[in-house]
Amino acid sequence: MSTAVTHKKGFGAFLWDYITTVDHKKIAHLYLIAGGLFFLIGGLEAMLIRIQLIKPANDFVSAGFYNEILTMHGTTMIFLAAMPIIFGLMNAVVPLQIGARDVAFPFLNSLGFWLFLFGGLLLNASWFLGGAPDAGWTAYAPLSTTSPGHGVDFYILGLQISGAGTLMGGINFLVTIINMRAPGMTYMRMPLFTWTIFVTSVLILFAFPALTVGLFLLMFDRMFGSGFFDPTMGGNSVIWEHLFWIFGHPEVYILILPVFGVFSEVMSTFAKKRLFGYTAMVFATVLIGFLGFMVWAHHMFTVGLGPAANSIFAVATMAIAVPTGIKIFNWLLTLWGGNITVNSAMLWSLGFLPTFTIGGTTGVMLAAAAADYQYHDSYFVVAHFHYVIVGGVVFGIFAALHYWWPKMFGKILNEKLGKLTFWLFFIGFHLTFFIQHFLGLMGMPRRYWVFLPDQGLDTGNLISTIGAFFMAAGTIVFLINVISTSVKKQEVAGDPWDGRTLEWSIPSPPEHYNFKQLPLVRGLDPLWVEKTEGRKEMTPAEPLGDIHMPNNSILPFVMSLGFFIAGFGFIYQVDDLSWLTAVFVGMGIALGAMFVRSVKDDLGYHIHKEDLEKGAK
Amino acid sequence: MKGWMGKFRALFLFSSLLLVLSGCGKENLTAFVPEGYGAEVSLNLIIISLAVMIFVILVVMIVYTMVLVKFRKKKGQEDFIPKQTEGNKALEVIWTVIPIILLIIIAVPTVTATFDLADDSKAKDSININVTGNQYWWHFSYNKEEIQTSQDLYIPTDTRVYLNLKSSDVIHSFWVPSISGKMDANPENENTMYIEAYEEGVYWGKCAELCGPSHSLMDFKVIAVSPEEYEQWVQDMKNVDPEAQPETASAQEGQKLFQENSCIGCHAIGSSPAAVGPNLTNFGDRTRVAGVLDHDKETIVNWLLNPDELKPGNKMAGNYPKLSEEEASKIADYLLQLQPSEITPESAGNE
Repeated sequence: MSTAVTHKKGFGAFLWDYITTVDHKKIAHLYLIAGGLFFLIGGLEAMLIRIQLIKPANDFVSAGFYNEILTMHGTTMIFLAAMPIIFGLMNAVVPLQIGARDVAFPFLNSLGFWLFLFGGLLLNASWFLGGAPDAGWTAYAPLSTTSPGHGVDFYILGLQISGAGTLMGGINFLVTIINMRAPGMTYMRMPLFTWTIFVTSVLILFAFPALTVGLFLLMFDRMFGSGFFDPTMGGNSVIWEHLFWIFGHPEVYILILPVFGVFSEVMSTFAKKRLFGYTAMVFATVLIGFLGFMVWAHHMFTVGLGPAANSIFAVATMAIAVPTGIKIFNWLLTLWGGNITVNSAMLWSLGFLPTFTIGGTTGVMLAAAAADYQYHDSYFVVAHFHYVIVGGVVFGIFAALHYWWPKMFGKILNEKLGKLTFWLFFIGFHLTFFIQHFLGLMGMPRRYWVFLPDQGLDTGNLISTIGAFFMAAGTIVFLINVISTSVKKQEVAGDPWDGRTLEWSIPSPPEHYNFKQLPLVRGLDPLWVEKTEGRKEMTPAEPLGDIHMPNNSILPFVMSLGFFIAGFGFIYQVDDLSWLTAVFVGMGIALGAMFVRSVKDDLGYHIHKEDLEKGAK
Repeated sequence: MKGWMGKFRALFLFSSLLLVLSGCGKENLTAFVPEGYGAEVSLNLIIISLAVMIFVILVVMIVYTMVLVKFRKKKGQEDFIPKQTEGNKALEVIWTVIPIILLIIIAVPTVTATFDLADDSKAKDSININVTGNQYWWHFSYNKEEIQTSQDLYIPTDTRVYLNLKSSDVIHSFWVPSISGKMDANPENENTMYIEAYEEGVYWGKCAELCGPSHSLMDFKVIAVSPEEYEQWVQDMKNVDPEAQPETASAQEGQKLFQENSCIGCHAIGSSPAAVGPNLTNFGDRTRVAGVLDHDKETIVNWLLNPDELKPGNKMAGNYPKLSEEEASKIADYLLQLQPSEITPESAGNE
């Protein structure tokens, strides 16, 4: 095989390169772009919601359309924005942090991305094909099984396809972290971000199958006349709630644990201290992951499970506050005694601490079952989960982007714009959501298209909407920052922040083979260990040799396209059996591509030692 | 420890009182001013947990502020490398044990309250009402009393009233914030809860589970009257003659139209239990049309002419012959005079 690195030119070649790439760093870019785009779409939906609720009895959008917006806002933000962006971050960082040249299954990595993207496109195609899903992101039966039109069908197939991609990503990173750590990188020397991704991957492995099964049952109910959730046919709609939350609750931790990792990295880097209580942090992460599976029914306190079940799940839920509290105090003590640099990445982390403390404490309040009878399905819950998911996950994503941007793109985001983004978003966030705690207890249920005048809810909703505009402005400033930074010419050294972990020991952006020689890890924060001993670089663990690389492949794209086409077939065969053609064509393409993948040897290629030496001059 | 907690609880009580005094929500809707047993139990638990949590937030904020003030990078110290502390066993044990204690403080009353609110030992001797959630209205069927009504739920004060909740279509959730927390109405099983109102009044209830386009318009009222008035109301409702002739000519014609246009096919008047639409026995006494609209003739006429515009997705639209405005007006006259009882929302105090 050829080892010459050919530099093709032109936009077509550039596009082809990204469509066929199996390089985890490029897949990270794809995840960020696609996830970012869906984040903007979900944000637009959020703005429509808040504009509708700016005053009582507003008629800005119709009732049916409102339910579509709120369903798509939730679904998009969770499945198509937050998770993919986190997948982008882990693709960009984890292999570098553990000193690996690649992920365990590069082909699978690419397939995971394309499945997510085509699933997301399928879901959003519903907007143009007769209406989006309107049964809420939780899609409770029988509302979802009886919802007219094809909206919920798009929800089922879109999430099924993109969920399969997520599951693949989880498995891939699990294997990568177990198998591909650099020599000396024991489990207890792994950076905390890698640890959280490890636990997250385990959660994905166990949680997503529940969603897959649930979605299949829902699909059979809607498309093939089964009655799993239909009480008139002996089914039970509450089963859907259980299945959904057995997936849905761990999902919350799938989102939040990675950003716990991000904050741990950012805070220790910019306080110039090693993470306080590293061992406790690791165990807290594992414990949160474990408990995350045990508490799903706290979403169902009002379903009528009885006081015994409610009490058990209440106490189990409260237990999660202990490891979470350990984390909060360990972060504070990481900062304590440090030499803190307050830049954009650090601002998001500092903003996170009080915000997430509020979100966490309202979480404990929600766990008190008999009190939850008042909070449940009210704006109090809306406030709580936005405090956790925006105040935690989105803040974490912003922190991570500012922190790792130079590593990913070789450029540093503008600090002034970065700080402006933070303050607009931070102030807007609290304006929007703090007041909603009170709105909830004042009698405003969630998912309300209108609230009536003279119910004492006017002022709160107005303030909330004003806050949303601030958040939108913050997001726009961030976009401006990204664009103006990318057009700028700038060279960044490998280690702009005086970092502590392995990703900072190589150039920014890294070569496509990551590490010329695998590094030898001699402790926690390996780069810092070397620096304190006066070295500038990692000690290599192996002599310079040939590096094996995987070939690019169009097959993941083709497979996903096949499932995308089949998805339309499944949805519309209900109306007209000729649509089964699309099922056969789509599945044919997907299975054909799988067949090709199975029989064709794809051994990859080698980068020869001489070329590596040339590169090093 | 105790002293601290006491102080914080007092502080919280004071500040929550302030919120209430400053008008935290409409008083017959807000959960901040409990007018019934369930709401009171919940609020007590909210106060306990909030007090503990405010304590936690304060501790975090104090440490946080100290960190920010003391350890920000100072001029001339850019190269200062802090001591790399690994951790501190004693500290870590402290912030593991203290939260556990705090959680126990919340967990014990939580379990007690949860069992308390699920207590059905007195169900047999109390008023039992079957509540059915429908898209987008509520049906109330009084078991022993054998009366039916919808949208306005009459209960006596200071009495435990047991509700057996069920849904006829999708999942709904029954919520009257100022009297009690919510309970879901599922299609496959009956959930039981009890409510008890302390004071006479009209309390606003809402559907809290997304149930379709008009989810936000599925309001109802709980009307708490004195036990004597309640007895009177039950008697009056029992004695309703569904066939009774209205007094005015227009209403009489309305009654005929009501029969002819097969309104009666869906809407019952009197205590016949089978009806797919709201029971209209005491429609003239209701507080709202369709749960949310002003209760006047004009609104009823509009409703009859085009219900889907006022309540999108409702099941009445398209299920009856088209009415002229004149016909609608007569039917409205008929409906408005359906006032079988002297006991009305006004008896309970104003809305």
